[in-house]
Amino acid sequence: MARKKIREYDSKRLLKEHFKRLSGRELPIKSAQVTESTDFAELVEREPWLSSCKLVVKPDMLFGKRGKSGLVALNLDISQVATFVKERLGKQVEMGGCKGPITTFIIEPFIPHNEEFYLNIVSERLGCSISFSECGGIEIEENWDKVKTIYVPTGIPLASESCAPLVATLPLEIRGEIEEFIKVVFTLFQDVDFTFLEMNPFTLVDGKPYPLDMRGELDDTAAFKNFKKWGDIEFPMPFGRVMSATESFIHGLDEKTSASLKFTVLNPKGRIWTMVAGGGASVIYADTVGDLGYASELGNYAEYSGAPNEEEVLQYARVVIDCATVDPDGRKRALVIGGGIANFTDVAATFNGIIRALKEKESKLKAARMHIYVRRGGPNYQRGLAKMRSLGEEIGIPLEVYGPEATMTGICKQAIDCISAAA
Amino acid sequence: MATGQLFSKTTQALFYNYKQLPIQRMLDFDFLCGRETPSVAGIINPGSEGFQKLFFGQEEIAIPVHSTVLSELIHIDLARLTDMENFIEAASATHPTADVFINFASFRSAAASSMAALKQPTIRVVAIIAEGVPEADTKQLIAYARANNKVVIGPATVGGIQAGAFKIGDTAGTIDNIIQSKLYRPGSVGFVSKSGGMSNELYNTIARVTDGIYEGIAIGGDVFPGSTLSDHVLRFNNIPQVKMIVVLGELGGQDEYSLVEALKQGKVNKPVVAWVSGTCARLFKSEVQFGHAGAKSGGELESAQAKNQALKDAGAVVPTSYEALETAIKETFEKLVEAGKITPVKEVKPPQIPEDLNIAIKSGRVRAPTHIISTISDDRGEEPCYAGVPMSSIVEQGYGVGDVISLLWFKRSLPRYCTKFIEICIMLCADHGPCVSGAHNTIVTARAGKDLVSSLVSASETGLLTIGPRFGGAIDDAARYFKDAYDRGLTAYEFVESMKKKGIRVPGIGHRIKRGDNRDKRVELLQLFARTNFPSVKYMEYAVQVETYTLSKANNLVLNVDGAIGSLFLDLLAGSGMFTKQEIDEIIEIGYLNGLFVLARSIGLIGHTFDQKRLKQPLYRHPWEDVLYTK
Repeated sequence: MARKKIREYDSKRLLKEHFKRLSGRELPIKSAQVTESTDFAELVEREPWLSSCKLVVKPDMLFGKRGKSGLVALNLDISQVATFVKERLGKQVEMGGCKGPITTFIIEPFIPHNEEFYLNIVSERLGCSISFSECGGIEIEENWDKVKTIYVPTGIPLASESCAPLVATLPLEIRGEIEEFIKVVFTLFQDVDFTFLEMNPFTLVDGKPYPLDMRGELDDTAAFKNFKKWGDIEFPMPFGRVMSATESFIHGLDEKTSASLKFTVLNPKGRIWTMVAGGGASVIYADTVGDLGYASELGNYAEYSGAPNEEEVLQYARVVIDCATVDPDGRKRALVIGGGIANFTDVAATFNGIIRALKEKESKLKAARMHIYVRRGGPNYQRGLAKMRSLGEEIGIPLEVYGPEATMTGICKQAIDCISAAA
Repeated sequence: MATGQLFSKTTQALFYNYKQLPIQRMLDFDFLCGRETPSVAGIINPGSEGFQKLFFGQEEIAIPVHSTVLSELIHIDLARLTDMENFIEAASATHPTADVFINFASFRSAAASSMAALKQPTIRVVAIIAEGVPEADTKQLIAYARANNKVVIGPATVGGIQAGAFKIGDTAGTIDNIIQSKLYRPGSVGFVSKSGGMSNELYNTIARVTDGIYEGIAIGGDVFPGSTLSDHVLRFNNIPQVKMIVVLGELGGQDEYSLVEALKQGKVNKPVVAWVSGTCARLFKSEVQFGHAGAKSGGELESAQAKNQALKDAGAVVPTSYEALETAIKETFEKLVEAGKITPVKEVKPPQIPEDLNIAIKSGRVRAPTHIISTISDDRGEEPCYAGVPMSSIVEQGYGVGDVISLLWFKRSLPRYCTKFIEICIMLCADHGPCVSGAHNTIVTARAGKDLVSSLVSASETGLLTIGPRFGGAIDDAARYFKDAYDRGLTAYEFVESMKKKGIRVPGIGHRIKRGDNRDKRVELLQLFARTNFPSVKYMEYAVQVETYTLSKANNLVLNVDGAIGSLFLDLLAGSGMFTKQEIDEIIEIGYLNGLFVLARSIGLIGHTFDQKRLKQPLYRHPWEDVLYTK
């Protein structure tokens, strides 16, 4: 769906594989991945270098500052690595405010080195920026003034002249090698549809560039043309994003359909729940509850769009209602079934699934003292809204229905009034 | 880009990848606006050519359709798109007045077709609807458009609209909404948003509190849209009819900051009301990707809060929440009215657009008769059903061809012995060698180089079409006469003699080769199966009695395979207890049983066709020696 972070292991795998294809030269990169299912004996058999050299091990979890956080172990042998991993695998850590378990490690040869270079390529609207510094490593931010950046406009090959400002100050004996390296990596960046790539640092081993630490992001909309090049690629969730059972159920539903179904619980005890049609509108509904000062009561973020069929909407709505009605506490709650004025989605058709779910969950809704607020416009909306209205009467749940004559987010205010009214 | 107006009341577009509804919606909009020419000049559609019929008001018009490469399954490298370019060049040359290219191609081929379109000198604006176009491809389009002074709208957008003049695809939704939002005539507000869905909402909101939209563009939710919010704001600033500008941004990306810069530099001298959505992102504990590819919580700078603040600081009118946006637009507009800057819009009454039949039916206002009835199968659900039995049960329960025939022909599940009998009939009749006239004709046709279907049926007198009362199809007649005679209680003697009197040969009796002392093996097999499995074989026993009598007349008047199947089928229908008397009569009357022969023999005839083709047999010529030439 967009730019996706990939693991360091995959970044290096793509780099090694395609560097060779594009330049005919081999980078001496070695790396191995460890997860819960890894059998160390098998791994060593497959990657014999693991038992013949000293190693580095670190979490491969899309977060940085691992060295500073004491999560990198250097100069270990394989049994020490196994112990290090065993002690930390599955353990919760907190990084930049996000908590989550460490599930994946990367193991590499320990490479004593002096030089630490910095390389960063970012895809931007009109081209790509390439940044380079001879003072890379964990002190990069302190040495930011030493980072040199060039901008390569779209469609223009990277010529030596444009590269010159990056490498001009390097000693002559390594300048050629590093310039060549930057050029090939840039070609590779475009060829494999990277949108972001960073090596901090890379060093030289026997005069050849060697990335010690690497981050990458791919454009996953380009997956259809990179089926072979990417191989078995994984797009892990952002660190700390652990899905609940209900969230992963919807996530699974979303993966299977061409429509879009999103569901994130923000506060399981929240009293305002949303189920909104449309990518743009769903964000605005969540915004509005927050902007009106009730962020703490917002139970979830939920979006459905791209014309899901009735069955998909039914399954989706069931989950939202189940979460919204959990643990009744005698106080009122509100469910906001919102949406803008659709361009081409048949409103009555998508409402059918929601209506079926509401009917099924009648007793739960009543137990949770749920008040329902509906607003929607678009093709066939009159019929959809009429069905909603008669549903309210049929199951005896307070249910207010508005069409395009009302403002889109007016029902957020009503939901807030409802839950803040006395009893 | 900047400069001003993109569209006018005479703008015409080429529409890539035919989609009936969006084009019809464009033409309906044209009609509402009182356009004289349709806004779609031509359609480019992979693998099809000719004309497409569509409504322009009450009338139907034919819009030319031009072919292009079938590209839906492949990714075309933007550096090598010669074929596609040739097609698009030809279409553009045919319609030199069309300067907008509306691209409904899938995300796989959208970039290639868009690039080919941008390269046409006649095309100025390309709108890309597809969501999921690779970023690197879009960047190439952006670079080309910039270098050649062209405009890309999208990808991942619904498009845009100039009120009263021109509309892209599905923009602004239904006719109801277009009328309610007064989009059939120009107002004074320029609007630009990322979200296509929200653009429609805002057209409505803006119409409620101002004199309506002059032009609205949805730039699409991608990280790098082909044209940006600020691109369009700067353009609106150059359009004299636009008096104020409304911007709906979104968290993620830096685009709003180029607008901030433009405002700070005084490049925009019209009031701008702006709101950036996504203030809720900070409620999420980890990084979050919203519905749009570009809507991702990045650094603080890309947050909705920071962008709203920056826009406010740069002089835009920024409300405190989306809820307050409507009021902010209203107040800004009223100030302009007070300052005398708004010329009152001349209200027009748009013409009534005739409603489409299917929409009227859906809403329950009208009804229309259907043209076809089907009772045997239904392909509308999750899986096809034969007579109500879903395909999965048919496969899982190990049904055979006989069961399928019983479902599709008789609309019921017959007992296994019945369906097994049907299968035996089909196997027995599947082929009867190359010399029988059907197979012979098939062989001759196949050798003439004709295709399978032609060889199977061909013109009259060949293959399947040979089947009739003389060749094969005597089963129905046999059943009819045996049934009639038996039911009327005629003895075999009375039956045969009455037929003789009428000058009719008894169908199902007689064989070219077989004799009373050398029965047809197939007949014996059928009789054995029926005697073992059928609850009653009374019709067959009657046929045997008839045979006994006819054999007394001549040794070759044996019960043949047609007679055996015909009589046994009567036993099947009557003995299974699953058919009423009326149904049995109807089955015999309609001629179901010949269907068995046609179906069975098709297997053999197809085999003969393949056989001849495999043997590469030349054109058949009948030898002179075998013809009696005479006067």
